[in-house]
Amino acid sequence: MYQNGSSSSYEINTETTPFRVLVVDDDRILRKMHKMMLTRLGIEVEVAVNGKEAVDLHLAGASFHLVLMDLQMPVMDGSQATKELRGMGVTSPIVGVTAACAEKAAFLASGLTDCVSKPLTISKIANYLPAPSPNNHANN
Amino acid sequence: MDRNQSHRQVATMKQSLFDQGYLDHEQFNQLEELQDDANPNFVEEVVTLYYRDSARLVHSIEQALEKSPIDFNKLDSYMHQFRGSSSSIGAKKVKAECSLFREYCRAGNGEGCMRTFQQVKKEYTALRKKLETFFQLARQAGPVDRARRPK
Repeated sequence: MYQNGSSSSYEINTETTPFRVLVVDDDRILRKMHKMMLTRLGIEVEVAVNGKEAVDLHLAGASFHLVLMDLQMPVMDGSQATKELRGMGVTSPIVGVTAACAEKAAFLASGLTDCVSKPLTISKIANYLPAPSPNNHANN
Repeated sequence: MDRNQSHRQVATMKQSLFDQGYLDHEQFNQLEELQDDANPNFVEEVVTLYYRDSARLVHSIEQALEKSPIDFNKLDSYMHQFRGSSSSIGAKKVKAECSLFREYCRAGNGEGCMRTFQQVKKEYTALRKKLETFFQLARQAGPVDRARRPK
């Protein structure tokens, strides 16, 4: 993974970097389940317990091919975290994962790529995951 | 009891948990699909986490209900967490009672909250007893031989 020369954007070299996903959720059961779901596909997973932690990870130089963002979290919610990540120049897909259907529109407006309802399944985010192939890092 | 009979007993108990509405079969099956030879106790690990989180949240809610005036926002936040983790493991009845509790929270109805909370605890206790029995049976039966699937 690398960060390009510009301090205003974070881009990932998808040719050489293993597929990495950031799971952002304050519920540790969901973090465990979502991590397992993705790890079994050969995907590298990092977790954050709230939006602030997700933002701090990016500020520290981390980058991900996909961010799965819960909405309602303490310290910093998913909407605020998404706005801050987009403001920092993060262009990775950020997919909201929420049970709160009534707030979906506002969540999307914060800069999400997409929003799916809980419970999360692989089929709901298949479009954002690498297609299984012999050359794909996700299968390493 | 031979191994096949034990496994059948586990399967029967699981089905009854679905039939009686304690567990959502889709959500619980999704959890079971994450269990494999590399993580043979994954379901029980997740459910154990649920017990721990639930105990903490029940205690927090009890304390919050004792305060005067009641902080309904705080209560709603705790119950949102409890509902969320109940939903994750497919705890259908517990989740339903949590949702009802949240409605009373939003209405600022303290009595309704207290009444519903008793139901939340009742359903949680009932589910926990059944799951403990289920996992005890499952441990005794041992891992399922997945080489051959029943037709």
